[in-house]
Amino acid sequence: MDESSEASAVDRTRAPRPTRQWKPAPPRSVVGLASLAVLVAAAAVLSAVWTAGSIREALDSLSADTAWVNVGLYSVAALAMVLFVPAVKGLQTAIEARRLIRIDLAEARATTADAQEKSRLAIGYAVAFAIVLLFGLFLIANEIAVGKTFFDLGLIFETGALVASAFWVNVEIFMIAEVLVLVWGLLIAVARLAPGRAGAPIRLIATAYVDLFRGLPAIIAIYLVGFGLPLTDLPILRDMTPTMFAILALTLTYGAYVSEVYRSGIESVHWSQTAAARSLGFSHSQTLRYVVVPQAVRRIIPPLLNDFISLQKDTALVSVIGTVDAFNQAKIIASNHFNLSSVTTVAVLFVLITIPQARLVDKLIERDQKRMRAGG
Amino acid sequence: MALVEIRDVRKTYGGVVPVLNGITLDVEEHQVVCLIGPSGCGKSTLLRCINGLEGIDGGEIRLHGDRVSGPGVDLDALRRDVGIVFQSFNLFPHMSVVDNITAAPIKVLGLGRKEARERAMELLARIQLDKKADEFPDRLSGGQQQRVAIVRALAMDPIVLLLDEITSALDPELVSEVLNIVRDLRQEGMTMVLATHEMGFAKEVASKVCFLYGGVVHEEGPPAEIFSDPHDERTRSFLQRIIEAGRL
Repeated sequence: MDESSEASAVDRTRAPRPTRQWKPAPPRSVVGLASLAVLVAAAAVLSAVWTAGSIREALDSLSADTAWVNVGLYSVAALAMVLFVPAVKGLQTAIEARRLIRIDLAEARATTADAQEKSRLAIGYAVAFAIVLLFGLFLIANEIAVGKTFFDLGLIFETGALVASAFWVNVEIFMIAEVLVLVWGLLIAVARLAPGRAGAPIRLIATAYVDLFRGLPAIIAIYLVGFGLPLTDLPILRDMTPTMFAILALTLTYGAYVSEVYRSGIESVHWSQTAAARSLGFSHSQTLRYVVVPQAVRRIIPPLLNDFISLQKDTALVSVIGTVDAFNQAKIIASNHFNLSSVTTVAVLFVLITIPQARLVDKLIERDQKRMRAGG
Repeated sequence: MALVEIRDVRKTYGGVVPVLNGITLDVEEHQVVCLIGPSGCGKSTLLRCINGLEGIDGGEIRLHGDRVSGPGVDLDALRRDVGIVFQSFNLFPHMSVVDNITAAPIKVLGLGRKEARERAMELLARIQLDKKADEFPDRLSGGQQQRVAIVRALAMDPIVLLLDEITSALDPELVSEVLNIVRDLRQEGMTMVLATHEMGFAKEVASKVCFLYGGVVHEEGPPAEIFSDPHDERTRSFLQRIIEAGRL
């Protein structure tokens, strides 16, 4: 206290140091950017028209009924004209902003920002549009080779029901495996946290298991379990179906991943929570059960869902042991017709079930981050 | 025989960093013992040793004459009877206020759900938080959370209550509501050991003040003596610095 009041007393005896002048900075011109936006928009429109023409030619070679297709194609191309709206406005605004610099600096800055925003908008949409065009061109290249190989609508509709019913096998496998993985993974995680010296061998075995199955490719685990265990002729095991072996192999593999997710969740619960629980007389296992795990589970839902998405996709690997899942079924169809469109069906099915889950994960992560920002 | 007897307690962290270097201290029934001293002097560690959250390397701790340190002691049983309240409250964020209080009585003491809730509501009414019973801790102010944490410890009907710098994490205007509860508990004759930086409060409520420095009790005595006429040079300079900071 004394020191600081002395210091300020000394300051008052001195003349204040003059402050440097602030030179108002005019906004940087964005006329260049705006001109680029107009050029990009023009390029987008031209290539859209050209692509539409190419697609029409390709469809002609298929002798498809092209009257309404033409309308559709050229209206998509016309849609590209919309890019000119922000691009041209951006250029006008950018020129206006330069004029304003000598009149009203604040207004000039705001107008410049506006012009920049509009030009960037035009460029952003033009780039996205160009990517879509490129994909369209890829489909029709070499007389619609890509389109016919992967998207033969006739074959897709013809075999869709067969593939979809085989996909039910995948659904069955991942639903059962997910439930088993949840339980098995938690068991492993708790074993890895077994306390004290007596827990050391348990921890060691659990760690060895996790290391083994995290390192082992899922396809090899499925192969070894699916082909190996039936050969052992052991009771129970010899009566299991390929689907059951697939579930077992995936549970073993993903149990290792999920146990790590659980463990990181458990370890993310601050030790003070354990201290609080133990200080109230909770035992080690009661502390885990009532205090630590309930808090951990909330935090691990997003990574857990990510692992589940991987698990669902890996159900396609069970085709190596001859289970007739969607992929295997589609491969049979593909080799019969010398066309991969049925595999596209499988791909679409997998993507369709994954998207909602991926969005859910995003939502949950976002929610957690919001909560973190709000301070717990 | 004192209620809590601490005899020559020694502890190091990781076998290298000494924290407690032979602490001897008696806590009589109904006494309020205040531990003061600079950061790192071992106040918090001592409290955590008393209820077995930390093990000790030497010496012994006795409760009602029974040795409660060393191998073979049922620490869960000890902790049931020796409550502790932490600096940062440590409420369970996934449980409502009332569940925070009833969890241990139900799961540890085997009390009925209804009975436990009734007792918790009584305790909450005492601290004027019965209306918040079904809120979650993050909806409460720091002072309210700390009051709930005290009540959570009281719900186990402890023999001794340990308070570890319970106002250090609070905004200044919330400190008094927490200290008032401690005043009430003292009136009721609760035996308490406090680690604290609130010197004014220690002066007011303590039956005995212990100045810890370097892991030993440097000076102990009634508050009037420690605060106005400290004999030890270190106690004097510690208190001098607190007075300079305007905290006493």
